[in-house]
Amino acid sequence: MTAMTDAVGVEPVLDIQNLRVTFQTNDGPVAAVRGVDISVSKGETVAIVGESGSGKSQTMMAAMGLLSDNGRAEGRVLYRGEDILGLPLKRLNTVRGARITMIFQEPMTSLDPLYSIERQLCEPMIEHGGLGRKAAAARALDLLKLVGIPAPEDKIKAYPYELSGGQRQRVMIAMALANDPDVLIADEPTTALDVTTQAQILELLADLQKRIGIAVVFITHDLGIVRRIADRVVVMKDGEVVEAGQTAKIFDHPAHPYTRMLLDAEPEGEKPPVGEDKPIVIDGQKVGVSFAIPRGFMKQPVLFHAVEDVSLVVREGQTLGIVGESGSGKSTLGRALLQLLPHSGRVHFDGQDISNAGKQVMRPLRRQMQLVFQDPFGSLSPRMTVGQVVTEGLLVHEPGLSAGERDRRACQVLEEVSLDPAMRNRYPHEFSGGQRQRIAIARTMVLKPRLVVLDEPTSALDRTVQKQIVELLRGLQAEHRLTYVFISHDLAVVRALADTVVVMKTGKVVEAGPTAAIFEAPRDPYTRDLIAAAALEPMHGRVVGA
Amino acid sequence: MLGYVLRRLFTAIPTLFFIVTGAFFLIRVAPGGPFNLERPLEAKVMENLNKIYHLDKPLWEQYLYYLGNLMRGDFGPSFVYRDFSVSELFASGLPVSVQIGASALVLALVFGTLLGVAAALRQNQPADYGVVGLATLGITIPTFVIAPLLSLVFGVWLGWLPAGGWGDGAFANKVLPVVTLALPQIAVVTRLTRGAMIEAMRSHHIRTARAYGLKPWTVVVVHALRSAILPVVSYAGPAAAALLTGSVVVETIFGIPGIGRYFVQAALNRDYTLVMGTVIVIAIFIIIFNLVVDLLYALIDPRVRLG
Repeated sequence: MTAMTDAVGVEPVLDIQNLRVTFQTNDGPVAAVRGVDISVSKGETVAIVGESGSGKSQTMMAAMGLLSDNGRAEGRVLYRGEDILGLPLKRLNTVRGARITMIFQEPMTSLDPLYSIERQLCEPMIEHGGLGRKAAAARALDLLKLVGIPAPEDKIKAYPYELSGGQRQRVMIAMALANDPDVLIADEPTTALDVTTQAQILELLADLQKRIGIAVVFITHDLGIVRRIADRVVVMKDGEVVEAGQTAKIFDHPAHPYTRMLLDAEPEGEKPPVGEDKPIVIDGQKVGVSFAIPRGFMKQPVLFHAVEDVSLVVREGQTLGIVGESGSGKSTLGRALLQLLPHSGRVHFDGQDISNAGKQVMRPLRRQMQLVFQDPFGSLSPRMTVGQVVTEGLLVHEPGLSAGERDRRACQVLEEVSLDPAMRNRYPHEFSGGQRQRIAIARTMVLKPRLVVLDEPTSALDRTVQKQIVELLRGLQAEHRLTYVFISHDLAVVRALADTVVVMKTGKVVEAGPTAAIFEAPRDPYTRDLIAAAALEPMHGRVVGA
Repeated sequence: MLGYVLRRLFTAIPTLFFIVTGAFFLIRVAPGGPFNLERPLEAKVMENLNKIYHLDKPLWEQYLYYLGNLMRGDFGPSFVYRDFSVSELFASGLPVSVQIGASALVLALVFGTLLGVAAALRQNQPADYGVVGLATLGITIPTFVIAPLLSLVFGVWLGWLPAGGWGDGAFANKVLPVVTLALPQIAVVTRLTRGAMIEAMRSHHIRTARAYGLKPWTVVVVHALRSAILPVVSYAGPAAAALLTGSVVVETIFGIPGIGRYFVQAALNRDYTLVMGTVIVIAIFIIIFNLVVDLLYALIDPRVRLG
């Protein structure tokens, strides 16, 4: 640890020493952080990386006195030599929000929905900077210009709900900079944002840091970001620092196996091609979906075109990747293909026209067309055991099966997704996010489908877990000749899984083609932006399973 | 805003019409009539009474006759309180009920909110358990137990306050009925505020406010309470309508000349016009307070659009 401080050679602004955090729970005390040392100096960016549950966020929350009521922190948190841990609230509040500020992971909920942007930006300035309302409002406007919010004169009067996620995060950054702080703590500030927005926010932070020279503590699980912005890296696992050092050193010569595993977590390989002779499974021609937005009594509703004229063909064993940012219509397209939404245009499944087909036509086909959702926490019924969840589809599609036979199938399919069949009598809340996503996949596999639409199945998961799910999906596809429609904003995952890619923006296809062509020679500027923003490692050129 | 209020009041007219119609026919379906007394009247007297009050006409004719009078603001004569029209009964009783009810409402909102916030900030500490315990007690003990108890303790044993009676609206006479009415409401408001406050204090934007070193008052009152008060507002609307239109129990036990008693007595006596009058008054109060709740919501939460 001392070596780290020496390497920079200046007095650290914020120096966390032997910090321990314990939470009192119903199952007794839980140690979330166990003796962590982190320091950051002026003008330096230190990244804390680790998977969810590693204690990286709690470390900084504890340092700022923001633990929940059942949490207790011990150790020392020195800000310019003064221990701020356990200071009386009044004294602590002269540091928080004034000298040390924070940005959070959740841009959608971190601002008070009931007050205008102006009011919320001004509050800390009036509180700490001793500014009057007028002066604070003028500075707030300057700050909004600084962080690059479009039409700042209008947006300053707006309420948080009127701003997009990226704009809200910019407001948070403006708030963080308002009192010219020494330290900025950014807790996963870009995780909830689209890739292009993410790149803009990171650029903004880096640029501001260069201009203002503050110390930044950046908490993230995304190593691509770390490599781009951090001077030093602290790797955390299970509440402890397992490795720390200069960014280049950590990336080039990781010492700890856990660090190596994190670095290795980028999904690898590409998909072996599928012959043109294979039958076409799903064929969509000029598919469109529009929603009527009511404008009030007796007024014509406005038509909102969520998807416009999208054509695509997927053959047996192929994976079609649909990429795009939130609001691009990619999920809507997936649902339209499965006939879960009324649409215009034609959709053929195995040669049969199923465009807007009724229940009678669809019922026998449903078994072959399955859907996996993004949220592994919300998509499994909390009142059913895993065994029941997995076999529920069989009750509909094979009502004649005996309970014993269903149980046998459940065991079989759980094994197939690498879960212990003995766990089938447990409830979903007992499983981790990655395990739940395996359960969700098992639920579709038990029906032996032909087509699976996967709607952001890896987005809510840590990188290392993502990689395992990608491997699982790849294995299942090869074994059962499955056809995938893979919806994602994560280009690394799409590159590893898809044969062909469709890039969508505001409901339209901006570019489509074979995966390699799209990633190596994107023609459309939007695709180029997306790929640049994702900061992908170069293709390994390795074909998995070929 | 004004346009919205006028539109809401305008759409209340058909609502009221349906309520009037429904109530009119429902009370007529109930067996018996206003003049079926324990000792039956002579046939001739009965016939005359029915004639005077138009009860001898077909039901639809009575209905049209009643609607016609209603249009002119005439609620008709009471069938049981002879010599009084329904309007006269309300003119004397409604101000009394509104006074008592409004005082109880203010008391409930002030104390309920204070106690709720205090408990939420000390969640799972002795003070919190104390408040929650008291609130549970306040909800579970019915007013017809509290009222005589208060009357006994403060009126009879201690002799500080009158045990009952209206005393022409003297302050001392109002204390016990107001407190009796307010206690269960304080309990409900406390519980609502506590729950909403606990949730609000855990929300991300409160974390932001704390991380930015804002004063505890700003964090708790300006940011947390403003969102936590929303469920209280939605409860307070219907509760206000109920409180202001008087309580049967409290008015009966303390002998207060409000309108709460009329509802039960009129229904039992088949005092058709008085039942109708009470229904209409309560309906109007509910409509108005629902409107007030919606306006308050829009005032508190910028995401709520009126229209």
